[in-house]
Amino acid sequence: MRQRLILAGALSASLVLSGCLGQQQNGGQQGAENRNADAKDVTLTITSNSVAGGKNALGAAWIADWVIPRFTEAQKAKGVNATVKFDGIGSDDKDYKTKIALDFNTGGGGDVVELDGIWLGEFAQAGQVKPLDEVVGREKADAWDGWGQVPDAVEALGKFENKRYGIPVGTDGRVLFFNKKLFAQAGLPADWQPKSWDDIITAGQKLKALPGVIPIQLNGGTAMTEATTMQGVLPLLVGTGKQIYQDGKWLGASQNLRDVLGLYQRIYGGGLGDPLMQQEAKGRDRSFAQFAENKIGILMESDYFWRSVVEPTKGVAKMADRNTAVGWALVPAKTSGAGVGGQDFVSMSGGAIRVVNPNTKYPQQAWELLQFMNSFEATKARLAGSAQLTQRDDVNKEVLAGDPMLNFIATKVLPITRFRPGLADYPAVSSALQQATADVISGKSPDDVAAAYQAALVKVVGQDKVAGG
Amino acid sequence: MADPGVGATTLLEAPVARRASGSRVDTAGLGVVRALGFVAPALVLIGVFLIFPALWTLYIGITNYRLTGPASVSPQVVGFSNFVEALNDALFGNAVWLSLLFVVGSAVIGQNLLGFALAWTLRSVRPGLRRLVEGLVLLAWILPGVVVAYLWIAVLDRSGGTLNALLSTPGTAWLLQYPMASLIVFNTWRGTAFSMMLYGSALAAVPPSQLETARLAGAGSVGIVRDVVFPHIRGHVLTNTLLISLWTFNDFTPFLLTAGGPNHRSETLPVFIYQQAIGGEGNGRLGYASAISLLLLLVNLVMALVYLGLLRRRQS
Repeated sequence: MRQRLILAGALSASLVLSGCLGQQQNGGQQGAENRNADAKDVTLTITSNSVAGGKNALGAAWIADWVIPRFTEAQKAKGVNATVKFDGIGSDDKDYKTKIALDFNTGGGGDVVELDGIWLGEFAQAGQVKPLDEVVGREKADAWDGWGQVPDAVEALGKFENKRYGIPVGTDGRVLFFNKKLFAQAGLPADWQPKSWDDIITAGQKLKALPGVIPIQLNGGTAMTEATTMQGVLPLLVGTGKQIYQDGKWLGASQNLRDVLGLYQRIYGGGLGDPLMQQEAKGRDRSFAQFAENKIGILMESDYFWRSVVEPTKGVAKMADRNTAVGWALVPAKTSGAGVGGQDFVSMSGGAIRVVNPNTKYPQQAWELLQFMNSFEATKARLAGSAQLTQRDDVNKEVLAGDPMLNFIATKVLPITRFRPGLADYPAVSSALQQATADVISGKSPDDVAAAYQAALVKVVGQDKVAGG
Repeated sequence: MADPGVGATTLLEAPVARRASGSRVDTAGLGVVRALGFVAPALVLIGVFLIFPALWTLYIGITNYRLTGPASVSPQVVGFSNFVEALNDALFGNAVWLSLLFVVGSAVIGQNLLGFALAWTLRSVRPGLRRLVEGLVLLAWILPGVVVAYLWIAVLDRSGGTLNALLSTPGTAWLLQYPMASLIVFNTWRGTAFSMMLYGSALAAVPPSQLETARLAGAGSVGIVRDVVFPHIRGHVLTNTLLISLWTFNDFTPFLLTAGGPNHRSETLPVFIYQQAIGGEGNGRLGYASAISLLLLLVNLVMALVYLGLLRRRQS
């Protein structure tokens, strides 16, 4: 009896609470964007996936040593007592995403939050982030003088359904990096530029003759997560003339996808790559280390590899002779002219953005902080002497000229690049693509794998949103 | 190997409690109201931290609730479709199979046998040596999981791992090529201490005179264990197997070693649930993961009931 009573009590309590699943929509009412606009004591928090002494240490140092003291000072001049805190995380991207999603859902989180542009769609559709027009007001959002410096393609990273949600941090482009020392040993040119996938395979076969060298590292498998999609499947897919999302539909098990999986099979079934490294939990880190040790011939990556991985002084896998030993080439389409838009060469790009948390107590001050972080001086200070494709044209002009690799990205790669669709379904589609490469690498035939991918895709997005297959 | 579970212990004591209440005698002399007053705080705690979360899991399990995207704002009740999907999901079947393999291999066989063998052998060695061995085995049990996982990764690493150096098998990626075998050996090593201690004290209760008699009658050591020792410790064997099976079944440490990989080949149920809920594979499918959690709970219950049935048959 007693037990039944407790059970009934708990049941009714859970039914009452069950209305709480999902989240309350706060804000929305008129004038909410001006709450606490005149406050004299303001506390703001910056959340970012960077931490001193760990992941993106430079970014963490910039926020702690440059942004916070200078912003506080500037506010003091206006008679506002601002306290800015830094919530640095420094974990895996997917763990970071989980953390900020939980933050948003529970009404918490930093006031200015950094997130990968590709997550914007799902956060926006969930109402976890809101358009700048709503959070800070349309006039205030339009009034930022920096918009003119942000190229449209980069600004699009912070947009969803044609509304601005945040300010991008910068962008990147994908190329084939190669080791010139190994190329010389294999009798390949130092100015190598493949014109088709076959050219890559041919070079790989020559590199295979060198003992202890992995000819090609093409990211694959589920352990590499988004690196597989961004530095593997998608650049190859645009090289077959199709994008993963076109005309409102996701690409199913088409010939294009079979071609991509076929290349994975040629590389990993043909002894041109190391299948085990794609399955290791830390496979990507190991691939970086092996490239730096002159054990990998060709590796597809974004310019991040150049400026943060094999960088001679601050990289995670330093290469003292980077400037002479590392070459780069455009990613070729399957055959000349077979790429998307009839292109001979292709690339994919992405980038992080910073948004104002709709839950913030001080929307206007948070927006001021965000603008401050994207000013010319702040952006230049963020680079700390190194080069990177930032969100601002004026900064890029000044810093890129000194770095041939990044100059190459800015002038040769960005004009031909494509961006991922920032939709809520994308991460699930991306997972399905990663699973497909994992299956090919573990020995299944591309046709079987493509059929399984089709089934997984239909399950995620629905039959009516899948093209081909 | 997890910490000793409170729930499991209460299950074991339940039959005793039932016999006491069956007599309907107010031995404490408190009266019903005051007695209820005394147990109320405990009942509230159980309700808040045990019953409510379980019901909450059940509720989330019948929705399509997600971490992000539209279904996180307004989740829909989808009935039992999560459960139906799980039963048709090849990955779920894979996870159940691997969990069974893990439990049978590392707990029922591995820890049980190794624990008993250690307890049996250590009876007759010098006390100093015995304490040393017991200390080492205990150390494997009490070290934090993260530390232990780190050490094992170093041992099993593909390039420069200790095991490869010892066996002269350079380049063997143990965690990738033999993921389940590695996990089973790991968990046997990790959890044997509990079985060893339990059997150690159980063996002390076997009357030495019976052992002596058997030996004089010419029984071999296999015969002694089977016919003299085992009847005395059968209850301990059941209890021990129940506890270590439940802990192993719910153990999350495999995640630290392999994260379920490569390609789902070591994805036991708890890891599978994590991957679906907040890991990379399911992209925040909290509803689906909750449904599977409930199935996990059911499997736990079934396991506990089977063992309790065996235990009761022995007692009566």
